[in-house]
Amino acid sequence: MDNAQLLISGLANGCVYGLIALGFVLIYKATEAVNFAQGDFMMLGAFVTIGLTNTEYIGLPFLLALPLSLGIMAALGYLVDRLIIRRLFGESQTAVVILTIALGFVIRFVAGLIWGHEPQTLQNPLAGKEVRFGGLVLGMEDVAVIVVTVLLTWGLYVFFSKTRLGLAMQGASQNQLAAYYMGIPVKRVQGLIWALAGIVAGIAGILFAAKGSVDPTTGLLGIKAFAAAVIGGFGSLPGALAGGLIVGVIEPFASRYIAAGYSQIAPYALLLAVLIFRPHGLFSQVRVKKV
Amino acid sequence: MSQPVLSIRNIESFYGPIMAIRGVSLDVHPGQIVSILGANGAGKTTLMKTISGVMDPEKGTISFDGQHIQGLEPHKIVQKGIVHIPEGREVFPLLTVDENLSLGAYTLTDKGQIDHDRDLVFSYFPILRDRRAQEAGTLSGGQQQMLAIGRGLMANPKIMLLDEPSLGLSPLLVQEIFDILKRLNDEQNMTMILVEQNATAALELAHHGYVMEIGRIVMDGTADVLMQSEDIRNFYLGVQEEGARENRRWKRKKTWR
Repeated sequence: MDNAQLLISGLANGCVYGLIALGFVLIYKATEAVNFAQGDFMMLGAFVTIGLTNTEYIGLPFLLALPLSLGIMAALGYLVDRLIIRRLFGESQTAVVILTIALGFVIRFVAGLIWGHEPQTLQNPLAGKEVRFGGLVLGMEDVAVIVVTVLLTWGLYVFFSKTRLGLAMQGASQNQLAAYYMGIPVKRVQGLIWALAGIVAGIAGILFAAKGSVDPTTGLLGIKAFAAAVIGGFGSLPGALAGGLIVGVIEPFASRYIAAGYSQIAPYALLLAVLIFRPHGLFSQVRVKKV
Repeated sequence: MSQPVLSIRNIESFYGPIMAIRGVSLDVHPGQIVSILGANGAGKTTLMKTISGVMDPEKGTISFDGQHIQGLEPHKIVQKGIVHIPEGREVFPLLTVDENLSLGAYTLTDKGQIDHDRDLVFSYFPILRDRRAQEAGTLSGGQQQMLAIGRGLMANPKIMLLDEPSLGLSPLLVQEIFDILKRLNDEQNMTMILVEQNATAALELAHHGYVMEIGRIVMDGTADVLMQSEDIRNFYLGVQEEGARENRRWKRKKTWR
């Protein structure tokens, strides 16, 4: 029973990691650059929602604040691409990486200026409620996190495989030049991918802030999500989610069964093992181009 | 003769500081297959990229249906009806054959038209219908080339720019693909610009030919005339004429130098 309880809370954490990892992979596939500010996007999404919903700030109804903050995050993602990243087109990838790291710092400081450095929790209708399932006692938030992640994953799957824009996004990330030749406006599509990554980060932030507290440095757990993305195989969307879940589940079990001090390194030990034995990740999509 | 549908005047294109196209002019008439011959590095691919808008020319004009299209974004040019089938196939490797075809029709919105075009593609390339659910990256080289041509057709183009469709294929497959191109030209009245190093196959298919060398057009004429030209026979068709020692290939000069 104990283990089942650990598993559920691990899965709920893993969903958040998975969603941040998803953002990493989306942007990596579209622009061949890693957005190290993805964790900070998540934190910002959490604070924007807190700012709109919590009674000490604007105090909008929760269901009104949700679409509003996701819209803000989408606009932010789009504008970051449009105003900053696109100007670095043709520069080395290192430049883009350093730029996104710097962007993370900026977001952290701005969030600290606006919302302070104290940990805060999102006031939401599910707070403090529990469901009993067999002998398990589950926080409503944990259940909501898992359900929302499953729905979002399904939605993204349908979007990418069935819609014209989703297919175009896949095409632009698999072969950018061919996408140009097919008349796909690649730059606009890339901007929309950044917007999508912003939305996913916003959802991750809302889920995170609903089940725990956030402060401006929370975004640094993006590093853990980055590890998750690498474990799953950078470049694979299902891999990113799976990697997130694996990291999320390992953590509570490691801290339960392994001595403190060693338990924190468990996800990174796994990362190392994956990099040694399966360097493309567990669920990589690698194809050698035929000549 | 009818008005040219595509006409290029004095185009100059650069790769950084290197002038890859040095003032090229050519005309393509509706329903014609125009072939551009030349060795590696002659600027053939650059010319194709300049027409399809992936590269912008520094000077010169490209007019299509009477409108200037040089320097437009690539997706605008596809919308106008020029589709570029790139060298080396460039299919979307992790998407299925069907999804690749759907992306070919990205600029179209009429569902009936898209379905009609898909059936047309399958009628020319039946193998694609059999493989429609397969990932394009797992197709053989010849099938990928067919997919690339089919994907181009899905854009419902007025002109197809074919960049080395014979690259890396066996002679038998080259013959098969060129036969299909001929049928497309005969039956659909499809206008094509065909860039080739395989000069024999290209001249058999084409109505008109241009020869490019280091960024310039050095010769042009109908396919029959080019096929009979001694220079072309010697330098591109690989026909060796027996003769005196000073007539050997390494002693000879091309007449246009």
